Amino acid sequence: MITKKDVEHIGWLARIKLSDEEKEEFTTQLNSILDYFAKLDEIDPNVAPTHHVSGVVNVFRDDAVKESLDQKDVLQNAPKKEEGFFKGPRIV
Amino acid sequence: MTSISEIKKRMKETSAEEVVQSLFDKIERSKLNAFITLTKEQALKEARKADKNGAKGALAAIPIAVKDNISTRGIRTTCASKILKGYVPPYDAHVIGRLKAEGAIIIGKTNMDEFAMGSSTETSFFGPTRNPHDLSRVPGGSSGGSAATVAGGEVPIALGSDTGGSVRCPASFCGVVGLKPTYGLVSRYGLISYANSLEQIGPLGCSVEDVALLLDVIAGHDPRDSTSHVVKKKRYIDELEDDVSDIKIGVPKEYFEGVDKGVEKAVWDGIKLLEDMGASYSEIGLSHTKYALASYYIIAMSEASSNLARFDGVRYGLRLKKDKDWHTTFSEIRADGFGEEVKRRILLGTYALSAGYYGRYYLKALKVRTLIKQDFENAFKKVDVLIAPTMPFTAFKIGEKIDDPLSLYMADVNTVPINLAGVPSISIPCGFANGLPIGMQIIGKHFDEGAILRMAYTFEKHVEATE
Repeated sequence: MITKKDVEHIGWLARIKLSDEEKEEFTTQLNSILDYFAKLDEIDPNVAPTHHVSGVVNVFRDDAVKESLDQKDVLQNAPKKEEGFFKGPRIV
Repeated sequence: MTSISEIKKRMKETSAEEVVQSLFDKIERSKLNAFITLTKEQALKEARKADKNGAKGALAAIPIAVKDNISTRGIRTTCASKILKGYVPPYDAHVIGRLKAEGAIIIGKTNMDEFAMGSSTETSFFGPTRNPHDLSRVPGGSSGGSAATVAGGEVPIALGSDTGGSVRCPASFCGVVGLKPTYGLVSRYGLISYANSLEQIGPLGCSVEDVALLLDVIAGHDPRDSTSHVVKKKRYIDELEDDVSDIKIGVPKEYFEGVDKGVEKAVWDGIKLLEDMGASYSEIGLSHTKYALASYYIIAMSEASSNLARFDGVRYGLRLKKDKDWHTTFSEIRADGFGEEVKRRILLGTYALSAGYYGRYYLKALKVRTLIKQDFENAFKKVDVLIAPTMPFTAFKIGEKIDDPLSLYMADVNTVPINLAGVPSISIPCGFANGLPIGMQIIGKHFDEGAILRMAYTFEKHVEATE
């Protein structure tokens, strides 16, 4: 069972601000979905996990200089930029 | 519906420009809401160029619609989300490069569930797409716009993406053909990630032949996607033979549990028809199927919580007018930009990956995934393909399930195991119930798209002949 306080904490971890109504609604919905996920408690398979079906482990390439996107193209979608850089919110 | 050969014939009689213009006339009058963005000016320009210089390539001057989570240089790409407001990709996805190289004309970007999270195309920021067979019903999802516009005869072919059924579900609900390729067959470069270990871009069309032709164009190795496989390039179109006499079909009984009577009958009729054509069938078990849905959703949501962390308003998308501290800024942008279903999945994924729950949810789901994959490997030691209903029912009403997320997740019960195992599957129309199309899926071995396409092709030829 997760509580409204848990939902608030998950929202903090996920960087999504939740309104009070959302916290209520998600608490109910997340609990019903997690109840369903509890189906997996029925089994405890002694097998290796499958992260990827392809079986590919490491794919290497030569460390060669290649053409990349133009700085102008890369910055074209940035809502805030300054002197050729993306401008993020203040960190400290 | 309008096939590629019909388009070619009409272009020969008139011109590419006239045909493309006529499609836009139809789309602009359409009630389907299948498109988020139309690229009319550019499309007509390319059509005129084709008329003047002659069209070249496997898809020469053929109009195509593209799902709006596939990056298109210079054409806004939204994932049907408010958070990507104003985003115009500076580069093309691999598949878009392939379409352009083969002469296809992009008509527009199609509507979808926000970030491909849904089975009904109701979670789009741009409003729901409607099913051409009944406008009060959903087209399926998440590639609902792509399936609906093909079914409505607005465009011959379209691209979708399939993470847990998002090509096959709308193909089934709209009565078109849709294929999810083997994981690694089609490059995901430029596909905006939702659950990257599960998803593939896939073709939709009104015939098996058109789907095979489009798959030929988009399949193949691309070094920019490290999960893309180097497979010997073969032409799927050459595999379309009217012969299934060497094929052993497996019918997984678990996939018929809880399926509507009308759907069950239509799929069995389909299997019997293939038996009449010379294939043999036997019932088999895929014993871990009952754990697939929980495993799928845990993995998909976990991957989503990580993949969607990039939407923070720094490099693209929504931004607050005035920044606050970084945590508040990002949290408020994401609160405003993401819709309810996307938030729900990010929250659940974050929870499943968080300290103390990783082993119970995420790791367990990955182990179950191994069991599901082994189920398929064991089945394919005995049979060549598997046949099952794509969806347990036909298209439901808009609004019917959207307030109960779990009931909507349950609709994917037959499509998600295929993505967990990474095998290919094609959904093909096999009948109607109360005027609504029913889809049958043919599932194959890894990289054996040839067999399922041949099977679907034979079926399509004879089901038409008998109706």
